[in-house]
Amino acid sequence: MRVRSESILPYGLLAPTLIFIVLLIVVPIFQAFLLAFQTAEGEFTLIQFQKMLADTSFADAMKFTFLLLMFIVPAQVVLALIMALLIHTRFKGHTLFLYIYALPLAISDLASGIVWLSIFTERGFLNSILFQLGFLERPFLFLSYQNLPAMFGTIVVAESWRATAIVMVILLAGLQVIPRDYFEAADVFGANTLKRTLFVVLPLLRPSLQNALIIRTIFAFQTFAVVLALAGRVIPVLAGESYNWYALNRNANIAAAYATLVLIFTVIATVIYFRLLRTTAAEAGFD
Amino acid sequence: MNKRIFIVASLAMLLVIIAACAPAPTPAPTAAPPTIAPKVEPTKAPVVEPTKAPAPTPAPTTAPTAVPPTAAPQALLFSSTQFSPVEEQEKMRSVILKDFKAAKVDFVVDPSEAPFMDRIIAEQKTGKITVGVIGALHGTFPNLIQANALEDLTALAAKLKDRAIVKEFMTLGKMGTDKQYYIPWMQATYIMVYNKKAVQYLPAGANVDALTYAQLAEWGKNITAATKEKKIGMPAGPTGLMHRLTQGYLYPSYTGGLVTTYKSDDAVKMWTDFKAIWEYTNPQSTTYNSMQDPLLSEEVWVAIDHTARVVNAFKNKPNDFLAAPAPAGPKGRYYMSVLAGLGIMKGTPNKAGAEALIDYLTQPAQQAATTREVNFYPVLETGLPTDVPAHVKLELDGVVKQSKAADAKVALLPIGLGGKAGDFNKIQQDTLTRIVLKGEDIKKVLDEEGAKLNALMTELKAPCWSPDPDSAGKPCQVK
Repeated sequence: MRVRSESILPYGLLAPTLIFIVLLIVVPIFQAFLLAFQTAEGEFTLIQFQKMLADTSFADAMKFTFLLLMFIVPAQVVLALIMALLIHTRFKGHTLFLYIYALPLAISDLASGIVWLSIFTERGFLNSILFQLGFLERPFLFLSYQNLPAMFGTIVVAESWRATAIVMVILLAGLQVIPRDYFEAADVFGANTLKRTLFVVLPLLRPSLQNALIIRTIFAFQTFAVVLALAGRVIPVLAGESYNWYALNRNANIAAAYATLVLIFTVIATVIYFRLLRTTAAEAGFD
Repeated sequence: MNKRIFIVASLAMLLVIIAACAPAPTPAPTAAPPTIAPKVEPTKAPVVEPTKAPAPTPAPTTAPTAVPPTAAPQALLFSSTQFSPVEEQEKMRSVILKDFKAAKVDFVVDPSEAPFMDRIIAEQKTGKITVGVIGALHGTFPNLIQANALEDLTALAAKLKDRAIVKEFMTLGKMGTDKQYYIPWMQATYIMVYNKKAVQYLPAGANVDALTYAQLAEWGKNITAATKEKKIGMPAGPTGLMHRLTQGYLYPSYTGGLVTTYKSDDAVKMWTDFKAIWEYTNPQSTTYNSMQDPLLSEEVWVAIDHTARVVNAFKNKPNDFLAAPAPAGPKGRYYMSVLAGLGIMKGTPNKAGAEALIDYLTQPAQQAATTREVNFYPVLETGLPTDVPAHVKLELDGVVKQSKAADAKVALLPIGLGGKAGDFNKIQQDTLTRIVLKGEDIKKVLDEEGAKLNALMTELKAPCWSPDPDSAGKPCQVK
């Protein structure tokens, strides 16, 4: 009797979460999936994907989504790792820095996009400061469609500011569960800080890095509010096109086709991370 | 065992947290929803002609409209896509709706069309109706009809026939059917706004109140030569209304049509001229959703946009800006009028209250108050009120000049596109992106986008609307 209630307990504990996930996530995912394969009248078809592929912005959206991913994810992981390692040294006042680093997490992505717009626009804060200091004779147009690298750069900066904190929090949590024994052992063998970081901390951090990379990559595929605020239609991204088709063009089917594509990419990326990081973790002898 | 439960539970929680934080479609930045709105009448604008305000300023305590007296006023939900600024919503609640006693009105605004429509569709699907009156732009009504969310207001229209609502507007409210789907509520238009500093650079002999698009390009060129900056501005941001300027201003002014002339030689000339204007247009225009901010920051000196999206320029710096008619092309000074209407939600629990509210809002006193307080113009034949605040007056000057210009002509908003209005707009947006931003060959782009336009019009079986010539009920086609 006792055994049975104990074996039921975990399911009971999980049930509320499961119900929540099924109702609010699994069902909508399934509905979106259906929408992508239906006409507006409900017949099954692949026309939505054909229309998506023929969309003027599709090729650009693919290109910029992956470009952003390539710039943002590594930049954020490196930055977050440095920040987490710094905080982990528990220097005086490190909690204050933790709060400051985590601040952008509390701001919605559209709001942060608008904040960065007010920084980068022609008469924005950045140009005003540079002008006042005498570095510029006239405002520099960061957000000109004729200067795509600059525009793209502003997005990378804004996105890094906004979402590095989540990666840092995960890595910091990972750092904090590494048993002290390893560090002591490293000290005994005379490892300096650099060596300790490279050969002890980083390998032990792999599971957290894996989580951070997966979460960050998923978010990167979903990025669009910051891009929309800073670059408008000039730099389309997949998630943004999905939003545009739904909210502006009122076509839920093509929007769902875009969303399905994002889902597929996300799944592929996650599988790749699992494969890559798991094997190396096993090779390194950790489990 | 415990450890495992813990791990699984925390993973599940993590998933929930990610899911919760992740994809909620954020409302598009700033700005009112994409509009489509039109107005009819190939001749002169019904707008204009300032007359004395029918009712003097202090909002007259109008006799609350006829509604069978009930014990206590019932609640009435008034859902609107208009008036996204909080101050305007407050004006609506505390001034314009103040004297309405037939129901207790709860005025809610959802400036972004997607959540607005989602609520209405959801209420219709579940049969749990809370919305009473719907206030939206003409262009939103096709979606409402598609959602089967509107009561037939033919009887109410008959009751209001002495209200002197502009006839063409009433016709538009039928959405091409024999039923009245909305009662016209208020109107607006697009005008040109310029900083007084720009006046000295006007091309020789040009009159700012009777500019042509060619002169606008020259004006921009002079400004750039003097300031080294590109100071014309266009609302080409993601929620900007640039496509309306293409549909109602550029195309008709150059080609005398929109769909039929989409790839004509006149259209090629139009895009060539517009590229010349774009040479001197601030390249940040692709981020501008409403022109008032770049005007105020002086990133641009000359801009064309919706009256509601430039009014803050006049409000915040009334001494810096003036309003003028939009430029003219070879076929005239075409402009578009934007119309908002009031519909009643099908199955609303308080239909009597909803009808009373529409009656109330179309009375002259409330129409005048709408101009005075929130800067939209009346839909009544009686014309515009004169006792308006300074910034409204500044803007109104441009509106009046535009509709009274000798070569002024009105272009209609697209009609009969149903739920596909977005697809139609996208063709114009894509055309502009390809020709102007990407520099593709004009003829090639017009051929390709024209083919898409033809396919769309054929699918919709939508006949031509003014200024395209009547297609005798056949689908409007690109020639």
